[in-house]
Amino acid sequence: MRASGNRTEKDEKMEKIIKGKAFVLGDNVDTDQIIPAQYLTYNPSIPAEYKMFGKFALSSVPPGQMGLPKGHQAFHTDDEFVSPFTIIVAGKNFGCGSSREHAPIALAAAGIKAVVCEFYARIFYRNSVNGSYLVPVECQTRLINDIATGDELTIDLENHTLTNHTTKDTWKLQDLGEVAPIIEAGGIFEYAKKVGMLKS
Amino acid sequence: MAGMTLTEKVLAKAANRDAVGPNDNIWVNVDVLMTHDVCGPGTIGVFKKHFGANANVWDREKVVIIPDHYIFTKDAMANRNVDVLRDFVKEQDLPYYYDVGTENYKGVCHIALPEEGHTRPGEILLGTDSHTCTAGAFGEFATGIGNTDAGFVMGTGKLWLKVPPTMRFVFHGKLPPYLMAKDLILSVIGEIGVDGATYRAMEFDGDGVFALNIEERMTLCNMAIEAGGKNGCIAPDQVTLDYVNSRGKKSGNKPYTVMKSDGDAKYIYEKVFDLSKMEPVVAKPHSPDNKALVSSVRGTKLDRAYIGSCTGGKMTDFRAAAAILQGAEVRIPTFIVPATTEVARGLKTEKIGTHTLEEIFLNAGASIGDASCAACLGGPSDTFGRLNTPISCISTTNRNFPGRMGHKEAQVFLASPMTVAASALTGVITDPRDNVA
Repeated sequence: MRASGNRTEKDEKMEKIIKGKAFVLGDNVDTDQIIPAQYLTYNPSIPAEYKMFGKFALSSVPPGQMGLPKGHQAFHTDDEFVSPFTIIVAGKNFGCGSSREHAPIALAAAGIKAVVCEFYARIFYRNSVNGSYLVPVECQTRLINDIATGDELTIDLENHTLTNHTTKDTWKLQDLGEVAPIIEAGGIFEYAKKVGMLKS
Repeated sequence: MAGMTLTEKVLAKAANRDAVGPNDNIWVNVDVLMTHDVCGPGTIGVFKKHFGANANVWDREKVVIIPDHYIFTKDAMANRNVDVLRDFVKEQDLPYYYDVGTENYKGVCHIALPEEGHTRPGEILLGTDSHTCTAGAFGEFATGIGNTDAGFVMGTGKLWLKVPPTMRFVFHGKLPPYLMAKDLILSVIGEIGVDGATYRAMEFDGDGVFALNIEERMTLCNMAIEAGGKNGCIAPDQVTLDYVNSRGKKSGNKPYTVMKSDGDAKYIYEKVFDLSKMEPVVAKPHSPDNKALVSSVRGTKLDRAYIGSCTGGKMTDFRAAAAILQGAEVRIPTFIVPATTEVARGLKTEKIGTHTLEEIFLNAGASIGDASCAACLGGPSDTFGRLNTPISCISTTNRNFPGRMGHKEAQVFLASPMTVAASALTGVITDPRDNVA
């Protein structure tokens, strides 16, 4: 799991294979649900405060929507800062509402490496890509009825597939498209250096 | 050459191109970068990390910093964040900073920006807040971005953007006296859904729009984000220019370019509304697209009323509310929060009959808070008007997501200032047609 709070140490290159347990959410998960406004007083640029975002990630999701299909599932179990789940699977319009970059930061601080959903709200998507917190992937069909919280998943970003090892299903994912070079570079700053816009 | 929409024209100009079309990825030159106390410290952190501890912002004249979110609180971290802004402004010698605790303090950034002359037609305004789209009412491209993007802009003055296709919403006819811009935009969001404009521009057009004052136009554009829109916009007319010109000297009278959509511009969607057929609406919990006609939810019990925010805390909003609350008494706790200190001064000076708006609100039994974002987004537990228990509130704000105004199980109904004021008098959802002739 990526060390929280120190993104400078992470690999510059995108991980092509992401494995882990799924945490399943519904449609229109807004950024107030992902990280409520009362925790926005922490400054994500300060490592000791960065990890607090992991602690409060998803803390305003209505209990019945937490970890579908059953709901009422804990996102954190033993560790209060980091979740045992690695991949969020959601319905449509994930990350709508406020522009707070604290939302992808909170998920990354909790150990989430990728989100798979039907489509994203624009600002959350940009923040995830440009800040290189997690990989926002789009699926081709609605998957929240086919994947249960706790299922073991593998995302293969090279071949654009998602495998559910628990149910033995595999689905095609959308290509990352025009943002792939930014994701591969590790965010907008690294991308700008690579293409010569910024000095290395 | 095919015609372009207003959004496309502004983006083309900022990219130094003759033309752009939907889905083009372009690098634009930014005219104004705005940040506040919630996202400023993170933005400054990103800027320093990537450009160096001694780096200077790309253009001091183009960075505007407006603390507004967590201001009147004892929360030490929130106050620390304002200190971070203050130190940065001093270090960079930034001319446009509106500090807490001084006469220069303004309040909600989206209303302070135009008041202080930072919104101009034809420009690119990026801000670390999703309601930055409010400024599209001035015929510019304005949208919300995150800390990383803002840190990048702070150092380079540039950002990549994808040109959105434009949706056009046309309003015809005369606005009935019981309707406000809030009813119009809630109707639009109810029609297309909270993802109906994702990755798209929303242009508001028609004689019904151009008959609105500038504040009501701002309300329309403000909630474009609630439909997922990248930006909202309205072509500038004389009303726009009169406002912009009257404020320009506060920010150095910078020149601007007036642009409008071409007659043959391509829209991805068009919808025409007849104002005479529209009704007051609310958005029921817990989504801004959960539209209901006020007449269909009339009588729903409420615990609180809230009038404030960038969406519903401007002079036009309070004028409408005061006309209903005048000489009456509220039945439920009612919270009034002017968006800015200029609006707060307006409440003290503007009168209906012999009473100021402030007197009307106080005489009606409402409480008035200091200018800031306050309980629109919950905030620290001592925030004025915050829903600390699972109660039911009717509000002129913009979002009713679970937990948005504080308690996760609180029920928030979004409505126009008229509907909120009418409901405050009865303690149940009330149709403003019962109060407004």
